[in-house]
Amino acid sequence: MATERYSFSLTTFSPSGKLVQIEYALAAVAAGAPSVGIKASNGIVIATENKHKSILYEEHSVHKVEMVTNHIGMVYSGMGPDYRLLVKQARKMAQQYFLVYREPIPTVQLVQRVAAVMQEYTQSGGVRPFGVSLLICGWDNNRPYLFQCDPSGAYFAWKATAMGKNYVNGKTFLEKRFSEDLELDDAVHTAILTLKESFEGQLTADNIEIGICDQNGFRRLEPSHVKDYLANIP
Amino acid sequence: MSILAYNGGAMLAMKGDGCVSIAADKRYGIQMQTVGTNFQKIFEMGPHLYVGLPGLATDTQTVMEKMRFRKNLYELKENRRISPKVMASLLSNMLYEKRFGPFFVEPIVAGLDPITYEPFICNMDLIGCINKPEEFVVGGTASAQLYGMCESVWEPNLGPEDLFETTSQALMNAFDRDAISGWGAVVYIIEKIR
Repeated sequence: MATERYSFSLTTFSPSGKLVQIEYALAAVAAGAPSVGIKASNGIVIATENKHKSILYEEHSVHKVEMVTNHIGMVYSGMGPDYRLLVKQARKMAQQYFLVYREPIPTVQLVQRVAAVMQEYTQSGGVRPFGVSLLICGWDNNRPYLFQCDPSGAYFAWKATAMGKNYVNGKTFLEKRFSEDLELDDAVHTAILTLKESFEGQLTADNIEIGICDQNGFRRLEPSHVKDYLANIP
Repeated sequence: MSILAYNGGAMLAMKGDGCVSIAADKRYGIQMQTVGTNFQKIFEMGPHLYVGLPGLATDTQTVMEKMRFRKNLYELKENRRISPKVMASLLSNMLYEKRFGPFFVEPIVAGLDPITYEPFICNMDLIGCINKPEEFVVGGTASAQLYGMCESVWEPNLGPEDLFETTSQALMNAFDRDAISGWGAVVYIIEKIR
């Protein structure tokens, strides 16, 4: 039928073997606000810019760093609305896992399941790929985990990484700064410095968001706490 | 008569010091008529994990197959061995999915945690309500007799050898007082070194 002719998945291979829709999605991510994640010996930090265009904006009301379950948290670069859908799904998947196995979901499992959802949106009809890349951090098995999830459904395990605007510079910076025996406090410091690299204007406790995860679980830092870290930044 | 007592059977599991036991009879009958004397109702689900399924024989086998299916998928997906605790939750969940048309089995899970080797025993009813006592669990048509025996012979911190003796005596003396249980028995002792 003629009306069904255009009901294919929009992500169709181009003659050169690329999936241009996915490349556009990655472009949307690369244009989004920067975020960084760093694994330390005793925890993980994830951080992002939360800059607002107007001084009238009410800060600290809409968050970008979110908890998925007690020991897992995530942040994104890209499109906010797409992110919220993934957060909702991730939380649901974590609780579904707990319901069946009576055991907190391992970070690797959550990442695989979130990635499977993202992959599905590259192959289904009537949908578009997600315009976000996620940083998912978690603590289980007595060790930290840090993953990046891309719109294609690909996922990577990092020691430290940057996404979004200026991510290439962010990564180069982290390559110079990262060391295996970093402690969580130092990692937070490094994360802020990485954001600062590409930040236009003054970093304040009101325009960045930080989440940390260690053996006590995941939490988003209060602005007052962020301010203490900023005091040590030149 | 309850369909749970159609085929008969007796089963128990006990906790010891760093070890657990699980034992059952081998009778397969149709009401009072004994048909077979070599019926398996305890299944190995891992090197330190055994699950017993007393109740309706056809469901014993079906539940075992469905449970093994989910366990295999879990172990492949997570690339690790399933722990007795997770096995119990998985089974409980599976049984409750059939809340209004249940499988007629009352499972017993016994094993050691694959990492900590902590002893674990539990049983559940046919719709998956878990019971985790510190001493022993019983199941099957001889459960009343088994309760009596276990209450009198079980004691804390039994070593593997003593646990074997205690479990065997409790099982045999219990099913001798049940007309539709008996005809041979199997006893598993699960300890750290296999």
